[in-house]
Amino acid sequence: MYPANFEYLKASSIADAVRLLSENPGAKLLAGGHSLIPLMRFRLARPEVLIDIGGVDGLRGVTVSGDTINIGALTTHATIAASADVQRANGLLAEAASGIGDPAVRNRGTIGGNLAHADPASDWATVLTALGATISVQGPSGSRSVAAGDFIEDAFAPALAEDELITTVSVPVLAANQRAEYAKMSHPASFYAVVGGAVVVTMDGNRCTAASVAVGGLTPRPVKAASVEQALSGTTLTMDSIADATSRLGDDISAAGVDVIGDVFASADFRARIAPVEVKHALLHAIDLAHH
Amino acid sequence: MPNTVPITVNVNGRSHSANVEPRTLLVHFLRETLNLTGTKIGCDTSQCGACVVRMNGVTVKACTAFAVQVDGADITTIEGVAQDGNLSAVQEAFWNNHGLQCGYCTAGMIMSVTEIIERNPNPSAEEVRAGLEGNMCRCTGYNNIVKAALAAAAARQGG
Ligand SMILES: Cc1cc2nc3c(=O)[nH]c(=O)nc-3n(C[C@H](O)[C@H](O)[C@H](O)COP(=O)(O)OP(=O)(O)OC[C@H]3O[C@@H](n4cnc5c(N)ncnc54)[C@H](O)[C@@H]3O)c2cc1C
Ligand code: FES
Ligand code: FES
Repeated sequence: MYPANFEYLKASSIADAVRLLSENPGAKLLAGGHSLIPLMRFRLARPEVLIDIGGVDGLRGVTVSGDTINIGALTTHATIAASADVQRANGLLAEAASGIGDPAVRNRGTIGGNLAHADPASDWATVLTALGATISVQGPSGSRSVAAGDFIEDAFAPALAEDELITTVSVPVLAANQRAEYAKMSHPASFYAVVGGAVVVTMDGNRCTAASVAVGGLTPRPVKAASVEQALSGTTLTMDSIADATSRLGDDISAAGVDVIGDVFASADFRARIAPVEVKHALLHAIDLAHH
Repeated sequence: MPNTVPITVNVNGRSHSANVEPRTLLVHFLRETLNLTGTKIGCDTSQCGACVVRMNGVTVKACTAFAVQVDGADITTIEGVAQDGNLSAVQEAFWNNHGLQCGYCTAGMIMSVTEIIERNPNPSAEEVRAGLEGNMCRCTGYNNIVKAALAAAAARQGG
């Protein structure tokens, strides 16, 4: 179908994008277009003005400095998946990127656009929440940072003012004793995640000394699974201890205090049941008891 | 009067300039403005891959880009794959391996397979299937498409 018409503006820099956003209330940024254009084709979105940031320098690419990986908002999923620096510094980022959609989607879609779209099942939202990433945002009065776990305020509502854009996603480099994995159940046609679980475990031999667990696709923002994390910390990771820990995910879902999402493809009950399975899968990968 | 934006796009080695409405999708620009109807539209959800073309050397879904976004880019469509009347190795392999039936998915398949074997000259069948996740075929059951991709890879390697 044909999207409704709109006025097309091209930003030349980050400052220019912020200025154009301020001058055009209701305008939308256009990055890879892989969430926005499908919405516009169905006229579920009809922005009057689009501000194309595709040509903005300084928003693209990955750099690793010290303990931090900085990813420009316009960096495509394909670039992240293929980056040797990313693979070395934090393999989970490359793995998550290479599992998004299909090759052509990854060639166009960007990490910033993915986060700003704020889909409750976004792979990036779940993985970056577990990794404790930080999202840098630029507005007219300067820049600020938001924890990835706080970035989705509600389904499709990111923690962004109308005149702000995401500039950088900063992710910790994994330590030698940390393992990070992601497992998801995908929709068979779009390959979009239905439910996904991301884990980061810090290991002392077979013993887990700290854990970070996030689950996406259940609630508007990823669930940070504190009870599961607690059950894993200080425990020797085995098939049994992992099954015990993930069985507590129900407590964390209740604690989130919002209804689990259900739709024509997967009911709320199904999602809630599949979630611990995905977390278990990710943990079993992390200790090499399962393989992709 | 709708607003239009001037763009210049290099398609299959030829430069085209046009004034387009911003909402014009790349696939509509190719099919309706340039009459390059080899690129198909198979869905409204960005999932089928019938519209896949190459933009600056990588596959993109032409239904999920505005023509204004490709201003200045190099685009290759199925019409630009054969050189001097000679089918490419991938086209030849689809022909020889019966890699198509109705042909609706074929343009997109050929663009995607071309990228798969450029990135990975010796792919396994599994790697070919993973690379074709975004290309749907309602006829062949995919087996002959995978066979064609493997044959094309072998032909390119064999020289
Ligand atoms: C077939 C298909 C399968 C997919 N499968 C998956 C999947 O498995 N997992 C997954 O996580 N995603 C999936 N996606 C979504 C994909 O990852 C998109 O690329 C992504 O959600 C949006 O990124 P984009 O660059 O295309 O953004 P756009 O579509 O250009 O923009 C999306 C939104 O973000 C805003 N925006 C863009 N950039 C910025 C910025 N820098 N700052 C502030 N706001 C910004 C836009 O205004 C818009 O509201 C899929 C998409 C398709 C079409
Ligand atoms: S027409 Fe189906 S993906 Fe483009
Ligand atoms: S040959 Fe008919 S859809 Fe593939």
